[in-house]
Amino acid sequence: MRPLIILCTLVTVLVSIASPAAAQPREVVIGVIYPLSGPAALTGLENKVVNEIARDVANGDVDIPLPFYQRLKGMPGLKGAKVRLIFADHQGKPEVGQAEAERLVTQEKVHALYGSWHSSVTATVSQVAERYGIPHVNGQSSSPGLTKRGFKWFFRTSPHDEHFTQAMFDFFRDFQKKRGISLKSVAITNEDTLFGSDSAKVQRELAKKYGYEIALDMQYRARATSLQAEVQRLKAANADIWLPTSYHTDAILFVRHSKELDYNPKMIMAQNAGHMAPDFVSAVGKDAEGTMSRAPFNTDLVDRRPAAKAIATLYQQRHGKDFYDNPARSVTGMFTLLDAINRAGSTDPEAIRKALVATNIPGDQLVMTWDGIKFDETGQNVHVKGIIIQLQGLKWHTVYPFELATKDVLYPIPAWKDRK
Amino acid sequence: MGCVYALVAAGLSLIFGLMELVNFAHGEFLMLAMYVAFFAWSLGGLDPVIGAPVAAAVLGAVGWLTYHGLIRRVLAAPMLAQIFATFGLGVFLRNGAQFAFGVDFLTVQDPWLAGRLSLGGLFLGLPQVGASLVALAAFLALYLFLSRSETGLALTATAQDRQAASLMGIDTQRMFALGWVIGGACVGVAGALLATFFYIYPDVGGPFALLAYVTVALGGFGNVPGTLAAGVVVGLVEALAGLLIPPAFKYSVVFALYLAVVLWRPQGLFGRF
Repeated sequence: MRPLIILCTLVTVLVSIASPAAAQPREVVIGVIYPLSGPAALTGLENKVVNEIARDVANGDVDIPLPFYQRLKGMPGLKGAKVRLIFADHQGKPEVGQAEAERLVTQEKVHALYGSWHSSVTATVSQVAERYGIPHVNGQSSSPGLTKRGFKWFFRTSPHDEHFTQAMFDFFRDFQKKRGISLKSVAITNEDTLFGSDSAKVQRELAKKYGYEIALDMQYRARATSLQAEVQRLKAANADIWLPTSYHTDAILFVRHSKELDYNPKMIMAQNAGHMAPDFVSAVGKDAEGTMSRAPFNTDLVDRRPAAKAIATLYQQRHGKDFYDNPARSVTGMFTLLDAINRAGSTDPEAIRKALVATNIPGDQLVMTWDGIKFDETGQNVHVKGIIIQLQGLKWHTVYPFELATKDVLYPIPAWKDRK
Repeated sequence: MGCVYALVAAGLSLIFGLMELVNFAHGEFLMLAMYVAFFAWSLGGLDPVIGAPVAAAVLGAVGWLTYHGLIRRVLAAPMLAQIFATFGLGVFLRNGAQFAFGVDFLTVQDPWLAGRLSLGGLFLGLPQVGASLVALAAFLALYLFLSRSETGLALTATAQDRQAASLMGIDTQRMFALGWVIGGACVGVAGALLATFFYIYPDVGGPFALLAYVTVALGGFGNVPGTLAAGVVVGLVEALAGLLIPPAFKYSVVFALYLAVVLWRPQGLFGRF
C-alpha cells in the first residue's frame, strides 16, 4: 500500500509542476466590493449595473465608438481574455468589507480589487490590498486621508473632499462677488464615520482660512431614529450657509425635520453622497428645492462628453433610471482599471500596478468633464475638477463654474412659509 | 418619539412577560408594518392613519403565524435555540423584504399628518404629535383590555403563573398566540404611524428595535404600563441629550441610563421578577 501512496503523491507533484504556467490567462478576475444591502444598497446596485456595462465593453459585447474604449474592446493586450467581475457585499461595514476583500484575494484569486463607496470600507479593503500586493482602484470614496497613507497599491480616480470643498469655497467667493452680497457664517454638520469626519475637517480648515465664522460644528449618527434635536441646534445657530455631509437616511430626515421645525437656511451646500441619491429627490421632492451639492459630474453635462452619452443610454436601458454622478464616477474608475490591465498585457499584480502608474487618459475620452486621468505618487488622480449643482424643479442643474452652468443660482432658498 | 418607542416595545414586553422569550425579529415586524402602511397608501390610497388598523391586523396575523409556525416548536428548547430562532426570522424577513421590495427608500407623500404645531416659540412636528396621541390611545386600549376584559385578565394570569392559569382552565397555547397577535398589532400601529414621517426600507427596523429592547428592559420585562413610562423616558433623554451634548453621543446617554438602571435595579423601573 505504502509504495502506491508514494507513487501517487509523486505523480501528482510532478503533474502539477509540469503543467504549463499560465502564460496567457484565460480570464481577468476583478473583485468588486460594494454595499449591496443596508442603507446604501441603492448606490451599490447602481454601481453594479454600470460596472457590468464596463465589463461588457471590455469583453467586446458592447461597442463605444471612441478611441479609448475601442482600444479596450476584447482586451487585446491579454489576447482576448474575458473579464469576470465578482461582486461582494460589504453592507456598509468596514469589517465585512475587509473580510470580503480577504476572501476575494485568497480564495477567488482576483487580480485586482475595485470599490467601495463608503470611505470607511475603502480604507479597510485597501489595507488588505496593500498587504497582499493587489491593485485596488477606487472611483468614488472622497475622504482625503485615503491617498495620504503612503500606499503603493491604492489608486483613486475621482476627486476627494479637499478638491470638492475647495470648489465649494471658490464658488462662495465668486458668488458673493457676482451678486454683491456677503456671506459670513457657516454651520458644519457631518455624519460620524470617516467620510463625514474628514469632510468636516476640510470644511473647518477652509472656513477658517477664508475667514468665515463657524456658527455650528456638529457631528451626529447617520442612522438615528430622529434628528430633531440636531435641526433645533441648526436653527439656533442661524448660519448663512449650511454645510451638511450626510448619507441617504439622514439627508432625508434633515429635510423633513427642517420643514417641521421651520428651519430656513438661505444656502445649503451638501457634500454629495446622501443628498445626491435618486431616492433623495423622490422622498422629499420639492422640499429640497434649492439644495446645492458638489459633484464631479452632472446629468445635464452628458451632452458635453460623447462617452457619457453612450453609457448613459445603456444605463437607462439596463437600470431604468437616469445616469448621474455616482454611476459616472464608478464606471470611470472601472474603465481606468480595465485599461491598465489591458496595457499591462498580463494579470500579474506588479504589471498592473505599473500600468496604473503610467495611466494618462485624455479628458475628452472620459465620461467626466475632468481634464483627464493621471495619478500622482500618492495614487490620486490630479486632473480632477469639481462642479457645483443645485436642485431646481426636482432636477439637478450645473450652476458652477459659471462657464459650464446651465442655470442661474437660486438664492436665497425660499422660506417654508413662502413656498406653495 | 418616546410614545412610539413605547408602543414598539409594548409588544416585546408582552411577549416576554408571557413566555420569557425575546423576539429578536421585532425590528423586522416594525419594518413590515411600515411597508404594509406604505402599500395601503400607494395601492389603496389609504393615508397611514387609516392604514394603521390595516397594519395592525396584518401584523397581528404575522404574529399569530410566527407563534404557530416557529415559536411553538422552540418553547421547550434551550434559550439559545429560541434566540437563534427569532434572530434567524429577523434576518430572513429583512432579506426577504429586500428581495421583494428592493432597496429604494420609500416615503409616503402628502400624508394627513403633516406640517407643524407652534406653541409659543416651541415647534412640534405634527406627524410626531399625531403619532404620540395615537400611540397613547393604543396604550390605553391595551391597558383596558389587559385589566378589564376577561381574555385580557386570562392573558395577565398566564403571564404571572403559567401553571396556575392552566389549572384554572385557561388554554395556555391560545394565550401565547394571543400575546403574539397583540404584540404584532401594537408594532403594526407603531409602524403605520412612523410611516407618516419616516423613510421605509428593509433595514429600517434596526435602530428602533435596539431602542425597544432598552425600553423594555428599563420599564421592566412584562410590565406594559412600565413600558410606556420607560419609552417616554428614552424619548426625552434622546431629545435632551441631542440638545445638550454633541448629538453623535446622544444614544450613549440613553444606553448609559439603561446600564445604570440595570445595575441598580435589574428588574427595571417597574419590573416584577
